[in-house]
Amino acid sequence: MASRKCSQQSRGDGDKYSVLLPTYNERENLPLIVWLLVKYFGESGYNYEIIVIDDGSPDGTLEVAKQLQKIYGEDKILLRPREKKLGLGTAYIHGIKHATGNFVFIMDADLSHHVTYLSPRKQREGRYDLVSGTRYIGDGGVYGWDLRRKLISRGANYVTQVLLRPGASDLTGSFRLYKKEVLESLVERCVSKGYVFQMEMIVRARQLNYTIGEVPISFVDRVYGESKLGGNEIVSFLKGLLTLFATT
Amino acid sequence: MINTFLSCIHFNPHCFFCVQEKVICLGFSTSGLLALKITAVTLTMTKLLEWVFGIMIVGAAWALVTFDLLDLRLPEAYRQVAWPMPVYLLVVFGCYSLATVGYRVATFNDCEEASIELQAQIQEAKEDLRRKGLKL
Repeated sequence: MASRKCSQQSRGDGDKYSVLLPTYNERENLPLIVWLLVKYFGESGYNYEIIVIDDGSPDGTLEVAKQLQKIYGEDKILLRPREKKLGLGTAYIHGIKHATGNFVFIMDADLSHHVTYLSPRKQREGRYDLVSGTRYIGDGGVYGWDLRRKLISRGANYVTQVLLRPGASDLTGSFRLYKKEVLESLVERCVSKGYVFQMEMIVRARQLNYTIGEVPISFVDRVYGESKLGGNEIVSFLKGLLTLFATT
Repeated sequence: MINTFLSCIHFNPHCFFCVQEKVICLGFSTSGLLALKITAVTLTMTKLLEWVFGIMIVGAAWALVTFDLLDLRLPEAYRQVAWPMPVYLLVVFGCYSLATVGYRVATFNDCEEASIELQAQIQEAKEDLRRKGLKL
């Protein structure tokens, strides 16, 4: 098996981590997140690849991604774009098809998830099927939220805990590490959209008796100022929550 | 239970109230049994069914004690404690919820350091990428 040892220590134990990055209009953030990922994985010595799934961004995200591919190599940066915005679930399915790793990281491409928390260590410790980044326990937290936003977040999470008793503290977070076959089996079972999709993934994981580990993460919200959490989003969240309540 | 039901009608024709409550209790148990049957058929209990089942059991027990449906002739103290229980438990749950959410909001960590670290990393990244030839 060919191995490019471009770092000080290379862990040749056969594990490879695919990072799925669904992007839409992330022209400015994409180079930064890729740089951070390359730096972190390079230093840690884990084998990795980054799969950019661009949904036809009008701002030229794909062009930037192609430049990054030239800089870092086609084996490290894979481009699997799609014609138009088709949703997160299908983006994951699309990405998994092209992933050559046995583990898959999912995260946001807008730099809200801090790359340094992206550590395979927890998974290795507990041999978990899925590791979820949580903002609500331990050192986990958020930067850039006012009182109203925090209240909505904690309140919604409390209602979810009471109704669904999911066994995980942060259900709407999207910074996770899955075993590839676990992600495959979960995505094909999930039917919701948006916030509720991430919730449904964890609930279904529980149903299928997958083991779930948790790691505290910091969520740095740089877009909150532009997009306030409106009534519509809250209503659709509640509808999704009640659907999960009644069907799982 | 059918006997006490019949005896109630027979000996207490004025006790329309207790007949009503007996009907409600019968209703509870039949729907409880129905839920069990649905569960047995589907093999998995949704969270909704769990709640419905739980509420029915607690509700039946409460109605049993409060309205003395089985003519157990429990001491008056039991009745007096049981009667306001549902409202009391709801209030307690409400207060607990408010306190829990309030506590969690108050102790929600503000990750100042993460943000500062991110800003520094962004600067470093931009310079390094410019050197590597990235054109924005």
